[in-house]
Amino acid sequence: MKNVLEQYPVSEKAPERAISASGKTIDELTLDEVLSERIGPEDIRISADVLQLQAQIARAAGREGLARNFERSAELVAVPQDVILETYEMLRPGRLDDPAPLSARAEMLRREYGAHAIADFIDEAVAVYRNRRLFRRRY
Amino acid sequence: MTTPPRWRRFDEWDARALRHDQFAAENPEAGFSTFHSPWDPEPSAKLEGGRIVEIDGKPEAAFDILDSFIATHYLDPEIVEEAMAMDSTEVARLLVDINVPRERLERLARGMTPAKLASVVSAMSALEITFAYSKMRQRRTPGNQAHVTNAKDDPLQLAADAATAVALGFDEIETTMRVASNSWANAMACAVGAAVGRGGVLFQCSIEEAEELQIGMAGFTSYAETVSVYGTEAAFVDGDDTPWSKAFLTAAYGSRGIKVRCTSGASAELLMGFHERKSVLYLEARCLCLQSAMGVQGTQNGGIDGAPLTSSMASGMRELMAENLIAVWLGLECASGNDTRVSESEIRVGAKITPYLLAGSDLVCSGFGSIKKYDNSFNPSLFNGEEIEDYLTLQRDFEVDGGLTPVNDTQIAHLRLRAIEAITAVFEELDLAEVKPEWIASVAAASGSLETETFSPGAVTRISDSIRKQRLTCVDVVRALARRGFREEAENLMLMLRQRISGDYLQTSAILRDGKVISALNDPNNYSGPGTGYAMSPERWDEVRNVRDLQTLEKVMEREAKVDPTARPWLAPRGVAAKGVDRHEVVVGLSPAFGVELNRTTAGHDLIDVVLALTEGIRDGGGAPRLVRIRHTADTSFLGLTAARLSGSGYGIGIQAKGTAVIHQADRLPHLNVELFSNSPVTTLEHYRSMGRNAALYAHGENPEPVLVPVDGRSLAARYHVRVSMLYAIETGLVEADALPVEVVMELGQEGTPS
Repeated sequence: MKNVLEQYPVSEKAPERAISASGKTIDELTLDEVLSERIGPEDIRISADVLQLQAQIARAAGREGLARNFERSAELVAVPQDVILETYEMLRPGRLDDPAPLSARAEMLRREYGAHAIADFIDEAVAVYRNRRLFRRRY
Repeated sequence: MTTPPRWRRFDEWDARALRHDQFAAENPEAGFSTFHSPWDPEPSAKLEGGRIVEIDGKPEAAFDILDSFIATHYLDPEIVEEAMAMDSTEVARLLVDINVPRERLERLARGMTPAKLASVVSAMSALEITFAYSKMRQRRTPGNQAHVTNAKDDPLQLAADAATAVALGFDEIETTMRVASNSWANAMACAVGAAVGRGGVLFQCSIEEAEELQIGMAGFTSYAETVSVYGTEAAFVDGDDTPWSKAFLTAAYGSRGIKVRCTSGASAELLMGFHERKSVLYLEARCLCLQSAMGVQGTQNGGIDGAPLTSSMASGMRELMAENLIAVWLGLECASGNDTRVSESEIRVGAKITPYLLAGSDLVCSGFGSIKKYDNSFNPSLFNGEEIEDYLTLQRDFEVDGGLTPVNDTQIAHLRLRAIEAITAVFEELDLAEVKPEWIASVAAASGSLETETFSPGAVTRISDSIRKQRLTCVDVVRALARRGFREEAENLMLMLRQRISGDYLQTSAILRDGKVISALNDPNNYSGPGTGYAMSPERWDEVRNVRDLQTLEKVMEREAKVDPTARPWLAPRGVAAKGVDRHEVVVGLSPAFGVELNRTTAGHDLIDVVLALTEGIRDGGGAPRLVRIRHTADTSFLGLTAARLSGSGYGIGIQAKGTAVIHQADRLPHLNVELFSNSPVTTLEHYRSMGRNAALYAHGENPEPVLVPVDGRSLAARYHVRVSMLYAIETGLVEADALPVEVVMELGQEGTPS
């Protein structure tokens, strides 16, 4: 296998790996396909695989923090928009007076979406928020 | 004792734009300190069993949310002891050492606490910080970002202005709106406008997070930078987030293929009232460690909204650069501030940008106002539509690439019209609105929204609502454009959608150039001294240096051309000039090209009128004028002295074609003239008349009041010297060392009637 860094930019060096969440390759995303209605909004979504690949590339480039962020992103690809926005809202300070719903949310993301890194990350937040007494409603 | 009077210069200084700026006294207790506050902690870090248990004097039990996040996700236990043990000044020296690679310093940074990072950059001068920035910044090729907004949220103007911004070379475009509900219309209009012409720029619509994510998912936008972080826990919570919520949001944007950068900047905590008496640099160092810990690829940093406040403090602008240096040192893409207007003084504005132009930056401005100040919905930027050409000139002056490219009238006229027609077509095709034909011309020509005839604010809100309710996406826009014949624009938008699924532009410092992603990975900054790092290609330098209206020899000569090239010469030669005998004679010595190749002064006076004014003046003063063409010199002093020596009175006038003149006397040294008129661009015909009169009065042995040509402080050199030097070269080119002066007479009119 060639050095993963040599696959960057993926769109030029490994276009066969640039596949949308719906399974379209980058070469299939053409104007003619759009005009013939064979391409819809779901076809322009990035896939978890591509994000994992970008994570490997970032790691190989010595950017560990960025790689971990891409791994968290990869886990969120399958998570619906409303769940994402709701989780974000729960993580904001002063939204919950009880840590339980946030812990439950972490568990749900782990179980239903296999989002382990995200779930661990939320658990970590729960512990810190508890220490810093952030489970207090602001409104 | 009388009170000494106030020097009126202070009144004049009071009236200058600078005096609108406020300058804050040092007061660390109130949060006003740039680099050092007595309440800043000393750098420290302790490890226990591979875990960080102390940061900057604070034990783990006392960690706030920032310390906890930094301890867990930023500091590398493997590096901490080595890095913290290093002398700060020694590290500062490594930062400016061209022989120390960037990667080695980036590794060391991961072992340094916020206080340690701050102590290193504090040891550096503004020049050293600038130099270190040029070495440590991430992507080799510099870029720039534009604000595209207007006071009416007018989609037609947004499309035209987005196309204009792309033509100017901006790599990223950011919009926001006056009315939040107009966000979808703004996003669609900018996305379409940005696809006109070169296309392929990253685009952002700045609004509340949930909405921004929706607009991004619809494919209209490709990056977000509203992920703000703060340097104290209280400010963070007041800003309605925590490091975990922001890191989650960062990952969420990535999961939708949207590039993200965080925002932080000195004095944000001060503006929010939660500064904990710390220096602004220390708080910003905490913000930057957090961002690195979150795994975001980059930061919008360097004051941002707090920049005017930071700039009010002593060493404030140095601090803004210092925090930018920490950002790139931590491996972050840096959109290096220079967005908010920090001063009303144009001198301070120019000075603020210069080190960034010299050092280069991923995005020199994190929001250059490509529109006029009053149209900027973010607030005026450091540079705005009014000042774009000043910026272009600075690039040319220093031979630096600030990311922008000069534009011309015809090119922009076509692009603006095309952009408005494209968004009109999309609106019609998607049944969103009707555009009146007269609006198109109005917006295309308008410099700003005060001049436009266009949609009412209510109509824009209805368009925006309709886009949202119909769940229209960028794919619909691509289709609409292609169906209406805007195929090139449709292809440009497709390019952006294709790039999105590759995730390539999520990597550090990524932008698109010519449809391809360049980032810190495939275009890494490799500066290690002269001959390395970014350099403009010859083609790029050609673009940069060709600003509008360059003076050329051809253009200058065109202005000199005679109205009627077939007209007979009006100065007719009458043989070699002899020394005069009339005691009241004043000889006027004309330069080699006078009235032949060159025909008007720099003030624009026809040389015929000038000679008439001089000779009339001489007669008024009781003298007798005589004209002589001098060919052995073009120098004013020698023209004057030669004329004086030929003159029966010993007084003469020397004059060049560009209008520079001198009164001279035969017994004087060449450069010790009687009266000199060196500012020809402000010399009037009345001055020439007075000059002639005075020369005649001197010849009579009188002592007239010297003629004063008033100067008003204009830079005549800046205004005229390019032309003057070209004209003077024509004079000197005609000089013949041994040629004798020739008597000439004026022959005016078609029949050549003698004067």
